[in-house]
Amino acid sequence: MSLFLQRMIEGLSNGAMYGVVAVSLVIIFKATTLINFAQGGLAMFGAYMANVFAIEQGLPLIVGILLGAAVMAVVASGIERVLIRPFDPSNHLPVVLITFGIAYILQAVAAWKFGTEFKSFPSPFPSGPTDHIEIAGARLRYERLGVVLVLIIMVGLVHLILNRTKIGLAFRAVSSNTESAKLVGVKTGRTLNFGWALAAMFGGVAGGLVAHFTQLDSGFMDKILIFSFAAATLGGLDSINGAVIGGLIIGLVESPIQPMVRDYVPGFHFLTSDLALLVAFLLILGVLLVKPAGLFGTTRVERV
Amino acid sequence: MSVLEIQDVRARYGQIEALHGINLTVDEGEVVVVLGANGAGKTTTLRAICGMVSTSGTVNLHGTNIVGTDTADIVRMGVAHVPQGRGTFPELSVVDNLNVGAYVRKDKEIGADIDKWFEIFPRLAERRTQLAGSLSGGEQQMLAVARAMMSRPKVLLLDEPSLGLAPLIIDDLFKQFASINAELGTTMLVVEQNANLALGIASRGYVIEAGEIVLSGTAEELRNDDGVRAAYLGV
Repeated sequence: MSLFLQRMIEGLSNGAMYGVVAVSLVIIFKATTLINFAQGGLAMFGAYMANVFAIEQGLPLIVGILLGAAVMAVVASGIERVLIRPFDPSNHLPVVLITFGIAYILQAVAAWKFGTEFKSFPSPFPSGPTDHIEIAGARLRYERLGVVLVLIIMVGLVHLILNRTKIGLAFRAVSSNTESAKLVGVKTGRTLNFGWALAAMFGGVAGGLVAHFTQLDSGFMDKILIFSFAAATLGGLDSINGAVIGGLIIGLVESPIQPMVRDYVPGFHFLTSDLALLVAFLLILGVLLVKPAGLFGTTRVERV
Repeated sequence: MSVLEIQDVRARYGQIEALHGINLTVDEGEVVVVLGANGAGKTTTLRAICGMVSTSGTVNLHGTNIVGTDTADIVRMGVAHVPQGRGTFPELSVVDNLNVGAYVRKDKEIGADIDKWFEIFPRLAERRTQLAGSLSGGEQQMLAVARAMMSRPKVLLLDEPSLGLAPLIIDDLFKQFASINAELGTTMLVVEQNANLALGIASRGYVIEAGEIVLSGTAEELRNDDGVRAAYLGV
């Protein structure tokens, strides 16, 4: 029981990280119906920037992570302006290929500038051997609980921005009907640019949280991106709350559920944690086959 | 003085030219109607004014040529466009649709304006928190008109507002157009197939066929024109 509870908190905190990245995917998807495959690369680079600010320059880690996220917001805004906006947004293939290209460029630059060896990365939360609370014999570590707290804060923040600010209103308008948004005077290019920056900021924070658990290298977000993509697909690619819940579900599947199935269901002992990615891919396939809009996504009906 | 003066405007979708050099003017405070069949170029005329189709020629708004100007900037110059099929934001609430209609404004009277349009269209007030996508066709059209008026436009472009609506609702809607024009002095350019109604609120009109203006005159003249009567009035 205590092991189960402990694994569950691990699953939830992993899920929270997938959730934050999934939200960043959803922000772009809502507005453009595009998957931004560079999101993982942006998050990875954000973590390296946090490393520069916090470890090399000696700023507090929280400040370093936030600065890293801010730098990535600026970088993403530049990417959108130079590499994305010139292309016809209704023609998805070139833009998706460009996001792939950006992901590889970011990885290459990170490897070139920051080296290829794994670097350990601290947690912004207390993470010593005794930093935990014990409930029913389960050790709930602060570094794990903190990640869930960050997810809650970030999601609250994005809802505030989208629902209470003018740029948020413009962003929702562009997401809902781009042509009509122009007709009320919204500059769609600038608004999408804001979306890219907001998504990259989310990714940057996620990168700074994940790096502690995986170590830092130029590919550390790859696997996380797949899980986050699964989370966003499961929750509904245009639903922010769906992305969060999808993230938490994927986290729980990965942590308590998969090991339990392996340990207790006869014939499933092959289901080691190496197969978690496979499970994520199967989940993406399953959702797309059975319920393409996901759990909370809107099924778009075109009135003709 | 003409608020809107269109001179030799050509518009094209890719290789296909949809407007072959049209001329029309709309004076301050006037309601002008453009009549035409499906595919004649009515919608394209409005899209050419708003910079939403590749256009050549001159579109003078208060004497300034706006061909090539960004749509969002044309809205800032006082043009509001209610597109065909309403063009509301289905995933936004009714009140947010009105809020975003005031996107170009910076004054403090946006809330008061929303209340005013809720008074004019009480059915929208009842549905203020509902998503626009859940409204009926008539309610959507009311919302589209109210949203366009939220920018306090000098010129309102209406693209077949009667399309797909029940006759009673259409009558109400056109009464509202007439009173908006009378009370706020908003200049209007309406494109319609429903000639009877449109000529009822218009002072002048044009008939467009295959991308060319073939006839123009006062509402009275058009109503008595044999060609118009046969083609658009069904008499």
